[in-house]
Amino acid sequence: MLQELIEPGDRLCLEGNNQKQADFLSRSLAAVDPQRVHDLHLLISVIARPEHIALFERGIATHVDFSYSGPQSLRLAQQVADGRVQIGAIHTYLELFARYFVDLTPDIALIAADEADAHGNLYTGPNTEETPTIAEATAFRDGIVIAQVNRIVDTCTRVDIPGDWIDLVVVADKPYYIEPLFTRDPEQINDVQVLMAMLVLRGIYERHRVQSLNHGIGFDTAAIELILPTYGERLGLRGEVCTHWILNPHPTLIPAIESGWVRSVHCYGGELGMERYVAARPDVFFTGRDGSMRSNRAFAQTAGHYATDLFIGSTLQIDPDANSSTATLGRIAGFGGAPNLGSDPRGRRHPSVPWLEMTSGDEEVRRGRKIVVQLVETFQGSGVPTFVERLDAVELGRSANLPIAPVMIYGDDVTHVVTEEGVAYLYRAQNIDERRAALAAIAGVTPVGLRAEEQRTQALRASGVVAFPEDLGVRRSDANRTLLAARSIRELVEWSGGLYDPPRRFRSW
Amino acid sequence: MIETLSYEYPASDAVDRRAHVGVVASGNCEILLEPAQNGNASVVVRTSVTGFGATWNAVLARFFVRNPVAVQIEINDFGATPAVVALRLEQALEAAR
Repeated sequence: MLQELIEPGDRLCLEGNNQKQADFLSRSLAAVDPQRVHDLHLLISVIARPEHIALFERGIATHVDFSYSGPQSLRLAQQVADGRVQIGAIHTYLELFARYFVDLTPDIALIAADEADAHGNLYTGPNTEETPTIAEATAFRDGIVIAQVNRIVDTCTRVDIPGDWIDLVVVADKPYYIEPLFTRDPEQINDVQVLMAMLVLRGIYERHRVQSLNHGIGFDTAAIELILPTYGERLGLRGEVCTHWILNPHPTLIPAIESGWVRSVHCYGGELGMERYVAARPDVFFTGRDGSMRSNRAFAQTAGHYATDLFIGSTLQIDPDANSSTATLGRIAGFGGAPNLGSDPRGRRHPSVPWLEMTSGDEEVRRGRKIVVQLVETFQGSGVPTFVERLDAVELGRSANLPIAPVMIYGDDVTHVVTEEGVAYLYRAQNIDERRAALAAIAGVTPVGLRAEEQRTQALRASGVVAFPEDLGVRRSDANRTLLAARSIRELVEWSGGLYDPPRRFRSW
Repeated sequence: MIETLSYEYPASDAVDRRAHVGVVASGNCEILLEPAQNGNASVVVRTSVTGFGATWNAVLARFFVRNPVAVQIEINDFGATPAVVALRLEQALEAAR
């Protein structure tokens, strides 16, 4: 069927991101006859599956525009080097979705849903994610929309996408694939991450009264989520900070939700095993009348960009100007949503306390600023410094013939950097020299950190541009895993009242 | 293979008591600290990760510049990052004071 409907050279949008994948359709597409279907221009959020690469290997697709390719970044780089595929650009999610409505409108879209009824109405459940966005862009420009579904039903649980946007429905051989990407086992959080979480809570959330925020995906931010009901409670911050979230249903947020910290959470996507828990908390999550969650990647990214006061995330490398990148030589990975979430939205006009605090001076006309935090250990492992003189992204950009180096978050958007050494309040630096000195002061014994002069660091502490743990009232001897409200997946299940049903790979019992 | 490294630093301040923090587990280290009588700081590192003598010296030198304490320290390391080592040193000192 795909061979009949797809013309060579078509722009084909294949639904697939870091969570949900239309994998039945992607496997089917990779199996078409390349004599009949070839030279497609592939549009895809995340190049995640082996058959995505097979599309290039077999000549079925020769152009690609995408956001992220983490799991296949090495093989993608090889395909590019071999000249089998040309990258149009590496986008953010929001940027790629936007282009679907301008110059990259799909001729055909392959999407995934949980249920379809006889009219083609679709239920996409907690993992609605980007399905409505792709379907809308395609259907309203006379494109063809094909949906794989887990099952055909008489009446959909709820209608997430109306049937008249859909041209064809096919029942997949197995339910669409979902990666439980946002599940972090508290077992793996160490004392250093607890220390950094304490620094963030005292030095940033408490100080700036941050209420709306987004957390990245790592163990560092999971540690923050898990000390809210313990350390945060002791500081009397419940209801004062961390009330409104743009975040997937992180299992590590369960203790904070159950302790009354969280008023709302809007999600990009679902998280495997969190369905029943989320359905039981409609006071916190966005749920339908059927009870299940409705996510929306485009709206959550928009909200994360415009309506939150803070983004905090981790990275692999930071240069002396606080530019950061997760790019590694030999891999073309991209960044997903981080550049939108981790940048100052210059179109924002609504004020808030934290947003206004990021600016100084008393000019008649001034703007506020989003808080953008990079949270890293000074070393990634033995002998692998996080703070480097030059990002690997620079060399990668050159070797992959990219017109610009793939920087994830630009230094001029970063307001704070936190390491185990302390907090650098970069937004308070008077000039670029002071900014670099502040960053070096918390860069530990990395090559960048070793340049810090002890006297200058003391002066920066005195003027509040740098804070060490003792300056924030954080005792290192308290930095201990016992501060985590849950220390294992099992304890998260207990916090959820048995509603959280972790995927098997996270079960140790 | 275990590498043994020894370092000495000038020191002036005294601490009250011994301290023992951390454990020898993957990515972690154990630190035993006791007051020294000779007015110097001396450190012996036993590590399972070889070839990082300069990094150890940088971590320890920075610690003793900020905390010139006369102590004998023994570190048993199993691949701890500099962050973990620095945290354990500070924790040992907090416990010894």
